[in-house]
Amino acid sequence: MMNQSARYFIPDPSRWPIFGSLALLSMAFGAALWMNEATWGKFLLIFGVCTLFYMMFGWFGSVAHESEGGSYNKQVDASFRGGMSGFIFSEVMFFAAFFGALFYMRVLSVPWLGDIEHKILWPDFIAQWPTAGPGVAERFTPMAAWGVPAINTLILLTSGVTVTIAHWGLLKNNRAQLIIGLALTIALGMTFLFLQAFEYHEAYTALNLKLTTGAYGSTFFMLTGFHGFHVTVGTLMLMVILGRSIAGHFTAEHHFGFEGVAWYWHFVDVVWLLLFILVYWL
Amino acid sequence: MQAAHDHAAHAHGHDAHAHHPSGIMRWVQTTNHKDIGTLYLIFSLTMFFIGGILAFGIRAELFQPGLQFWRPDFFNELTTMHGLIMVFGAIMPAFVGFANWQIPMMIGAPDMAFARMNNWSFWLLPPAALLLITSFFVPGGAPAAGWTIYAPLSTQMGPGMDLGIFALHIMGASSIMGSINIVTTILNMRAPGMTLMKMPLFVWTWLITAYLLIAVMPVLAGAITMVLTDRHFGTNFFNAAGGGDPVMFQHIFWFFGHPEVYIMILPAFGIVSQVIPAFARKPLFGYASMVYATSSIAILSFIVWAHHMFTTGMPAAGQLFFMFSTMLIAVPTGVKVFNWIATMWKGSMTFETPMLFAVGFILVFSMGGFTGLILAITPVDIQLQDTYYVVAHFHYVLVAGSLFAIFAGTYFWLPKWTGHMYDETLGKWHFWLSLVFFNVTFFPMHFLGLAGMPRRIPDYAMQFADFNMIASIGAFGFGLSQLLFVLGVVKCARGGGVKAPDKPWEGADTLEWTLSSPPPYHSFETPPVVK
Repeated sequence: MMNQSARYFIPDPSRWPIFGSLALLSMAFGAALWMNEATWGKFLLIFGVCTLFYMMFGWFGSVAHESEGGSYNKQVDASFRGGMSGFIFSEVMFFAAFFGALFYMRVLSVPWLGDIEHKILWPDFIAQWPTAGPGVAERFTPMAAWGVPAINTLILLTSGVTVTIAHWGLLKNNRAQLIIGLALTIALGMTFLFLQAFEYHEAYTALNLKLTTGAYGSTFFMLTGFHGFHVTVGTLMLMVILGRSIAGHFTAEHHFGFEGVAWYWHFVDVVWLLLFILVYWL
Repeated sequence: MQAAHDHAAHAHGHDAHAHHPSGIMRWVQTTNHKDIGTLYLIFSLTMFFIGGILAFGIRAELFQPGLQFWRPDFFNELTTMHGLIMVFGAIMPAFVGFANWQIPMMIGAPDMAFARMNNWSFWLLPPAALLLITSFFVPGGAPAAGWTIYAPLSTQMGPGMDLGIFALHIMGASSIMGSINIVTTILNMRAPGMTLMKMPLFVWTWLITAYLLIAVMPVLAGAITMVLTDRHFGTNFFNAAGGGDPVMFQHIFWFFGHPEVYIMILPAFGIVSQVIPAFARKPLFGYASMVYATSSIAILSFIVWAHHMFTTGMPAAGQLFFMFSTMLIAVPTGVKVFNWIATMWKGSMTFETPMLFAVGFILVFSMGGFTGLILAITPVDIQLQDTYYVVAHFHYVLVAGSLFAIFAGTYFWLPKWTGHMYDETLGKWHFWLSLVFFNVTFFPMHFLGLAGMPRRIPDYAMQFADFNMIASIGAFGFGLSQLLFVLGVVKCARGGGVKAPDKPWEGADTLEWTLSSPPPYHSFETPPVVK
């Protein structure tokens, strides 16, 4: 039951979680089948993704509804802040695994493969980053940092500014500033994604740089790919709060939904800076 | 604020009436921490028996030398799935079940901070279990690379490995959500006056465990994602020809894996730290030092991972670092063991079943701790790597450690949960049979390992036959003894036995004992004041 007391909020029984579980179950079975050449696995996967979207739409919808209905007191707000911080920390650790792999390859495994003991196996291999490894013969060109990636850095940094301008608008009850700031942020996010797609296209067609291009290709595409996925999710989240802002949601005092998205957006921004320095530049 | 609430109550009034599903849907849609805790515990018990059946399969094959029952590859599936199911299906969910039941009651809260997400954390587990178990029936069979799914074994196997990887992803998501919930509940929902340093130790250990989980489950997700892309999308993370390294998998895996070991033991420390003072009728000795020791163990767990891989080749400086950092963990663990003993010292002790399991825990877990110290010594470890000595070691800490603490906690809190006392005679039988058969099973494995018997092999040389037969007999006995546990719990849950008072244990002093037995649906609707 809701609102047993003034102090605590406890939601009613909910049907959304079980939809999420069934969605992930069918996604997992679908993906496993699809990866092992059972074509109908693809449909199971798509069905699962659709169910997941349906679940998220319903679940977040009821959270927004409860929030606007005034069910959430200061304590719930603090819980959301704690929860979002924990979630972002877990995301940081997820990226840490891939950055760790990049570090391990560049600093340890690639130099080992070029040392004197490995000359018997691969006499011609020169251990120098970027590399596709000693056994991958194809030639490729690494991605240059100061073209599209540098522009993308500027775009993401600017989007961090625009989302803050939107926040200031919200804090001083200036709806126009809030909505324009968010719209600009979304536009920048989408531009980033467009340029990233263009860059991938260039990599595959002009540079012969692919996911299969050894150590460099693996780390490059997995790190930037997961980042791009997070930017996509972040952009969708921004669209949701833009819609809510237009619908008149959020007040200057009560707008964790906005802040959670802004935190996430800044996190995605910071990951990009690390990517730009460690993957593209150095 | 009050006005806002009245408004909300009005706006959602219809929900409050319309929304109380009954039957199975009560459990599917529940947002109640006690319901969800019960679901976790039932799930864990089910998985414990499924994992136990796999262990039966292993010990039946090893009863005698030669190949009796299984193809060698199926034997590998048995050991792998036994490990995965026990770690991710039995032990971890059991502790989360305890956390769900106990943490809100112990800190004076009505429920968990995110009650709906709490439901999802649980309901992700049955699909994951289904994925894991289905893998037995796909071409190529279940994952057979060991529960550590080392590359390049795991990058080669059939579709069963993909199902296993997705199961781990889903269980990881469940753990992360559960942990975020626990951290937020503890930090944000405590009753007034319940400062951090007044929290029961079980709550403290779970706070630290939850942080460990949030930190390392994503790392496991990263590692198995790399395995997945190596398998199907042509990446070269674990392929030397592409500049990668199979050993890198071990580094990433054990960066998750070692904190994971403490994830499975710290809540056990918490339970034992509640049980011992209750039956010694003395406050816990060295409360603050227990908190600091738990934190130290958690922090150290991040810098010891490579002691699992001394034989992969490592610079001497690396070997020394990981050896000494590992041995350092004995210090805070020793602080804990001595604190428990000091708590009992000159206490007015009685030995009901929870106390028996707790004292048994200290004794047998300490032996596992000592063999851990022995294995930390690099030159010794190089000899003992992948032998039955390692199997003995981690079963001493996981079965006699985690599992005994789970039993202790179950018997300790069953009266509170069900409102009825468990059958003391049955409980004592359960304890003594478990303790004896546990040692019959795993003590001989030390000798087998020292003599060089390798693990994860279905056949062995003739000189290992006697000890293996003893271990198998012990394993069958241990498994069957657990039926007594089920019997005891079911009797209690169905309302057998005497009615439990609010506080059945004289020396217990935490908040849950101030509630009725069984407690109200929402534990504390108005927060108690803690002085």
